[in-house]
Amino acid sequence: MSPVVPPPAVALGVLLPVLVVLAAAAVVLVLDVLPPRDSKAHLGGVALAGIIGALLAIVMRWGTDARAFRDMVLLDTYALYFDLVICYAAALIVMFSMDYLGRTGSESGEYYSLLLFSTAGMMLMASAGDLIVVFLALELMSLSLYVLAGFFKQRLTSGEASMKYFLLGAFASSFLLYGIALIYGATGSTNLDRIAAAAATRNAEPMVLIGLAMMLVGFGFKISSVPFHMWAPDVYEGAPTSVTAFIATGSKAAAFAAMIRVLVVALRGAQPDWSALLWALAALTMTVGNVVALAQSNLKRLLAYSSIAHVGYMLMGLVAGGGPGPGAVLFYLLAYTFTTVGAFGAIALCARAGEEAVEVSDYAGLARRHPVLAATLALFFLSLIGIPPLAGFVAKFYLFGAAVRAGYIWLTVIAVLNSAVAAYYYLRVIVYMYMREPDGEPVAVAPSLAGGLALTLAVAGIVILGLMPAPFADLAQVAVAPLLR
Amino acid sequence: MSTVWLIPAFPLAGALTNIFFGRSTGHRAHWIAVPALGASFLFACAVAARVWSGAPFTTTLGAWIVAGDFETGITAYVDNLSAVMLLVVTGVGFLIHLYSVGYMHGDPGYARFFAYLNLFVFSMTMLVLAGNFLLLYVFWEAVGLCSYLLIGFWYTRDSAANAGKKAFIVNRVGDFGFGLGVMWLWTELGTLDYAAVFKGAATLSPATATGIALLLFMGACGKSAQLPLHTWLPDAMEGPTPVSALIHAATMVTAGVYMVARSHALFERSGSALEVVAWVGTATAVFAATIGLVQTDIKRVLAYSTISQLGYMFAAVGVGAYVAGIFHLVTHAFFKALLFLGAGSVIHGLHGEQDLRKMGGLASKMPITATTMWIGGLGLAGAPLLAGFFSKDEILGAALGTEHLGIFTLLLAGAFMTAFYTFRLLFLAFSGAPRMPRDVLQQAHESPWVMTGPLLMLSVLTVVAGFALGLPLDGSRFAHLLASVFHPHEGEHASVVVLLSLVVFGAGGLLAFYMYRQSAVKPEAIGQPRTWVHALLLNAWYVDWIYDRLIVQPIYVLSVALAQVFDVGVIDGIVNGLGRAVSAWGAGLRRLQTGYVVNYALTMLAGAVVVVAFFLAR
Amino acid sequence: MTYAPMLMVFAFAALVAGALLFLPKLAAPRRLTPVKAEPFECGKDPMEISEGRFAIKFSTVAIFFILIDIELLFVWPWAMLYRRLGWFGFAEMLVFLGILMLGFFYIWRKGGLEWE
Repeated sequence: MSPVVPPPAVALGVLLPVLVVLAAAAVVLVLDVLPPRDSKAHLGGVALAGIIGALLAIVMRWGTDARAFRDMVLLDTYALYFDLVICYAAALIVMFSMDYLGRTGSESGEYYSLLLFSTAGMMLMASAGDLIVVFLALELMSLSLYVLAGFFKQRLTSGEASMKYFLLGAFASSFLLYGIALIYGATGSTNLDRIAAAAATRNAEPMVLIGLAMMLVGFGFKISSVPFHMWAPDVYEGAPTSVTAFIATGSKAAAFAAMIRVLVVALRGAQPDWSALLWALAALTMTVGNVVALAQSNLKRLLAYSSIAHVGYMLMGLVAGGGPGPGAVLFYLLAYTFTTVGAFGAIALCARAGEEAVEVSDYAGLARRHPVLAATLALFFLSLIGIPPLAGFVAKFYLFGAAVRAGYIWLTVIAVLNSAVAAYYYLRVIVYMYMREPDGEPVAVAPSLAGGLALTLAVAGIVILGLMPAPFADLAQVAVAPLLR
Repeated sequence: MSTVWLIPAFPLAGALTNIFFGRSTGHRAHWIAVPALGASFLFACAVAARVWSGAPFTTTLGAWIVAGDFETGITAYVDNLSAVMLLVVTGVGFLIHLYSVGYMHGDPGYARFFAYLNLFVFSMTMLVLAGNFLLLYVFWEAVGLCSYLLIGFWYTRDSAANAGKKAFIVNRVGDFGFGLGVMWLWTELGTLDYAAVFKGAATLSPATATGIALLLFMGACGKSAQLPLHTWLPDAMEGPTPVSALIHAATMVTAGVYMVARSHALFERSGSALEVVAWVGTATAVFAATIGLVQTDIKRVLAYSTISQLGYMFAAVGVGAYVAGIFHLVTHAFFKALLFLGAGSVIHGLHGEQDLRKMGGLASKMPITATTMWIGGLGLAGAPLLAGFFSKDEILGAALGTEHLGIFTLLLAGAFMTAFYTFRLLFLAFSGAPRMPRDVLQQAHESPWVMTGPLLMLSVLTVVAGFALGLPLDGSRFAHLLASVFHPHEGEHASVVVLLSLVVFGAGGLLAFYMYRQSAVKPEAIGQPRTWVHALLLNAWYVDWIYDRLIVQPIYVLSVALAQVFDVGVIDGIVNGLGRAVSAWGAGLRRLQTGYVVNYALTMLAGAVVVVAFFLAR
Repeated sequence: MTYAPMLMVFAFAALVAGALLFLPKLAAPRRLTPVKAEPFECGKDPMEISEGRFAIKFSTVAIFFILIDIELLFVWPWAMLYRRLGWFGFAEMLVFLGILMLGFFYIWRKGGLEWE
């Protein structure tokens, strides 16, 4: 009789927020096939409860700095901050979805469980302390999103979006995986700390640099930075609007989380290299995003390019480096998430019966038909422009300030010029909403309780962040502290 | 908490009430908006009295943005300059609110109008109170937003919506500079508080100070419609006339002058930046005046006149005569608001007619409007003993006294043109034979008391302000009032200036008299370009056209071109058009194979190659 | 320069791939027929995809098979070490199988196992 193998330490506490979300996903899946089978309205509630549970778990774990599974999973303040952002986005999107899917008659268990699975993937990305976990989490997130993008099976554009997202996403994942392999080859480890230690003893080798380049391609795709952004407009346009909101916020936040951790922790030795490259990518991304957005007539495409431009701004923070840079990015992500989820959510609520209102001209006279919805949408756009005192302004202030103080004057000049250009296309939508007569018969839109609540939360978010940014900025600074040790 | 905060708080509360309860306040919205402004004005008086008898003070409502060692609060800085500005903003604002009760009567957006107007006064008072550059920037943007909302108020008119958009975007160009200037200031000094910045300005190198000052001035050019960012203001006349009077004549457009005067320590450190301010102001003053000579729309004449007068103010602060600049700001607020409101009264009486060619002979139909407008016009033209005479005289004297002969000559020429276009406007509108259709003439009526009351008040101010503040000629009361803010401006008063300005006033008036009063007015001849100079002026020197060709069109072409490179979806609209005809997935797959996804992937691949090459090449 | 062989491999691969792509364009006779122009090759007419295909059910069954097959890979080493893992191992496997059963239940209720 051989001796009993001692059970390994199971530190499930470190995974607690993720586990709560996954459990909720499983529950939704099972409830989907139990009676009542004809009504799916309660599933959204279950999903929402799961996310709120995860939020509670996050708050409960706040301040603890735990690691488990041989440092593969970390639950430091950095991860918790991103968990907070992601869960917040997910919660709002579930609420918007209850309204949006309910109206289009396509509520189903799969939708909510996939949403939760991808949320779990995103949270795990923020917690990843190992490149393998980064990749696994990224795939969990992405595969769920590929399916969600094609969720409107009857709609051609939805299928197209799913297919394009899947093919290009797989392509990008292969780059990421290749980069991980090269880095493993060069340093002998996939653990972020051990990579940093191994890289510190040697000069930057070409193999590490090529690995870094390949990983940047993979991350660049997920955050939709130019020139890896081409999928974004097509996918944003075709996917169900609620899913678009999640792709634009949650997946971007998660990709930033993993990217910042990998760059700042594991590859800090190569900082001069990657920050020079990111300088160029940032300038290119914000310029292309803003300039191409000028020519868009489809609101979802317009927001896609706008979100590309915002990625350009956020990359500035990484270029700036140090404590304030990534801290400003984290704050920006919070503000951006509030605003973008709100904007897409409002668009989802504007969906006309049967078809979506996605052309800018569809919004003509919205202020007349539904003043509250128009006012909130206008607020979100003003925040995206960066009009004080909304969240977007403060976020830009921190970000540009960090870049200026790190000495990147020209990058900041480009960014400020870009944000001046950006005013035009957002304003065009506001002009349509407020200063054009509606053509065709006006459509009454009445958001449901869930939709209205989500909209209120999002508006409250951008106003509070704009008026009282200090505590949240502190939070972001505390969150990046574990990276800088 | 200081009572200072009550000044912006009342209009804010009024705005919020009318925004959220607009449906129930409806046509009674003015019962909230007007008293709010009145209360605001009373508190402004109290604060002014306190500052004038005491010392400047700072009060903080709370911290706002905190980043490391940098902290910016919601801070008010009150000194004699801000007190003067507060009085103008709330006082003139109150009169214009009152006037709007009559002017906007029966408009479907009555409550919305008052909400925006209150919101504007809130933002403007906050702008004046702001104790640091960040807060200044915030409300700098906010007044721009309100202006945008109010220009586009009658949004059913396409031209109004476009004018609003234009105003906003041209201002963004200026704000781009302003924002950069503030950021540069922050990196240099590590603070944005007025007191610390103006103390620290002395430590800046002159080159840095020039850079920062010019960037800030770029913002002022946008907000105060100076060359080359002046194009939005004439179009902004699409807004309701009270808005033109309040925002685009009396208050918001003077924010740039206020900002430059407030930051004079910074501008003085640079020196050459002040020179730029003076010359831009002078150029604008003359440039806009030339256009004003030939305009046929009553509000456009006044708009170009406003741009021109703002130029005078910038010229004044540019040559270091801050007191003269601010004095002109105050008197201009009185007589230009009066002129705009008078013009509004005319338009109101004629049921929307704005064309000077279709007016004439209105003096008998609307005596109060005609009289008050004549007073305002005389004030603007620089008639002796009225407000404008004193303030313009001070500016001219300062230009001569600091030996800016070029500026002095140009401003004098501008004064001649000012007198001419003002008298031209007055003669065309009120004298001679009526040129409007008979039914319009018969219905032409004097405006109700809520409109004429403010006109009378403003004419009193136009008459009195000069005596009350502008005397004695060397070292006026106004200069004493602001002595704690600006170094007293030395230099004796040259009586030759008084003489010369009297001459140009008389000459301009007489020329207009001969052209538009003595000889019969031929409406079909006015506004028709006869010579190329005339055509040039009628088209405002083709500046809009040039901007369109040089900037707007190229950017649009670039955007479309980039879209074609980066965004296949735009060019053929595949996503919506082609697809529906064929069955769903088949078509989707087919499109994948016709190359779009392959193109996307190839772009990514190319990007990856560039990234790798970048790393290996370093 | 230690990476020179790697670069050579890249270059060689690019060369071969390029040659394979471009040589036919130069050498092969070009007779475009409607069938050749179709996006699908192998002689199948893409416009007929809605008929005459194999049943999608085969695909689902194949996926179930692979799923269960992979889960079995986890169970196998567990079974070999069952006694040494003790109660902890037993509980772990129960949890694992429980989650698996949830999926199975879902498939079953969704009708994934019904052939008709």
